[in-house]
Amino acid sequence: MHKVLIVGEHDGKALNPATAKCVACASGIPDAETTIVLLGADTSGVAAQAAAIAGVKSVLRVDRPENEHSLAAIFAPQLAALAADFTHVFGPSTSFGKDLMPRVAALLGAPQVSDLMAVEGAYRFRRPTYAGNAIVTVEADPARKLIATVRVASFEAAKSGGNAAVESRSISVPLPTHTRYVGAKSGSTDRPDLQTAKRVVSGGRALGSAENFKLLFSLADKIGAAVGASRAAVDAGYAPNEMQVGQTGKIISPDIYIAVGISGAIQHLTGIKDARTIVAINKDGEAPIFEVADVGLVGDLFQIVPELERLVG
Amino acid sequence: MQKIMVCIKRVVDYNVRIRVKPDGSGVMLDGVKMSVNPFDEIALEESLRIKERGTNIEVVAVSIGIADTQQQLRTALAMGADRAILVQTDAPVEPLTAAQTFLALAKKENPDLIFLGKQAIDDDANQTGQMLAAIWERPQATYASKVEISGSKASVTREVDAGLETIEVDLPAVVTVDLRLNEPRYVKLPDIMKAKKKPLDVTSLEALGVSAGVLLKTIKTEPPANRQKGVMVKDVAELVDILKKKGLI
Repeated sequence: MHKVLIVGEHDGKALNPATAKCVACASGIPDAETTIVLLGADTSGVAAQAAAIAGVKSVLRVDRPENEHSLAAIFAPQLAALAADFTHVFGPSTSFGKDLMPRVAALLGAPQVSDLMAVEGAYRFRRPTYAGNAIVTVEADPARKLIATVRVASFEAAKSGGNAAVESRSISVPLPTHTRYVGAKSGSTDRPDLQTAKRVVSGGRALGSAENFKLLFSLADKIGAAVGASRAAVDAGYAPNEMQVGQTGKIISPDIYIAVGISGAIQHLTGIKDARTIVAINKDGEAPIFEVADVGLVGDLFQIVPELERLVG
Repeated sequence: MQKIMVCIKRVVDYNVRIRVKPDGSGVMLDGVKMSVNPFDEIALEESLRIKERGTNIEVVAVSIGIADTQQQLRTALAMGADRAILVQTDAPVEPLTAAQTFLALAKKENPDLIFLGKQAIDDDANQTGQMLAAIWERPQATYASKVEISGSKASVTREVDAGLETIEVDLPAVVTVDLRLNEPRYVKLPDIMKAKKKPLDVTSLEALGVSAGVLLKTIKTEPPANRQKGVMVKDVAELVDILKKKGLI
């Protein structure tokens, strides 16, 4: 019997959809029982959301004031203590999970599988390396705990309809005071979340300015899409960092990805290769993006995008 | 602030097109250009900028790997590191082993800050900095896009999924750096000459009391599944037609 502990990501109000994808990943482990743990100042609301994910046996709430912000230095010792009762500890491969999980693994002296993309056995997994250009199959020793970050783009979210038991836990471990949360700045937006959106419109350096990105926002709003950007566009200051898609940005798997003025560097393609349909719009017919695009259109984006917006209505 | 340790990894150059060996035993590395991991270069650049703003700050570049890793440490010295340490080994080094090795060096060197890249572009693991902070029992500030030191504290702005987050950490601390923290300097020829005279010590895992464990065995390596090449359309109307037929818009 394997016991998988999933570290749920949330902002105090909503459970991040990545959590349900971790549950789907855990369901691939043979003979496994899945528990979600939530750390926060008050996790009552998100605990109800976690309990409703199908396939979850129980939800553990670890509420204390120090857990208000997700600081790895604060969360990791609590999770390492909790891990005693589990064989596997999974977190999402988001900035939250990528920051936190290796700290848990090191405290346990356990290996971590980063960006777990497929389960081949309880201790055998596949993961991407070299920006997705080489997929490795790795095997861990069952005698140790196995930590992983789950590549969320590789899994369909587990369905809702579950009714897991919710239990409060207090974990008495000393917590450090050397790390303090100061604040956050996020581009508030009414558009869908880039990481989980079904439709994404994304722009590259060819947009030429932050001002011109408005073309994409306008199209995105018409079709209910999130907006992304290539690294080149973010580096140039046309778009904020949270919009970056690619090896070092967000790895996404929308139903449709419309790449506008993106040449398609390998590091960018890493972030989109799980998209169901890729549409590429670029003035350079030789751009590598066309090698992976399902539908390609060569031309001037400044004419094509407004026309596209008109015709999709 | 007296000392900064910066950890660098020798990796296949960013521009090399990776090929998987036909027998699935790994990727082809023979004759391939090797470089300092680009994120570690940014980590080193940040260390040097802090050094240049302060007084009497020593920057020590450290690495783990085969004898040829001296090339990457010489690059670090040419960029401006004061000295370098290579922990020489032919064994594959997992993130936890790397963290244990850097911990052993940290205990000898007592740095105020340890900088690393957020991930290496070969294994893309994104683990070593966090693991080092855990076993050093010190703060971690990952994915840094801005680092401000004042006295015994550092304020670090981090690139996170929702945007930017700022945390404050007590020193000593581990900072892992993201792409937009800075743009590394170019190395000039006189600096390369000067770097040849800077100290580069070579030690071993055994001398540091670290054993290179294999916690994750790599069974095989495969190329990714290719996407089928799609169709080219001649105008927007045709594009919209296809997308509507597929039920995508």
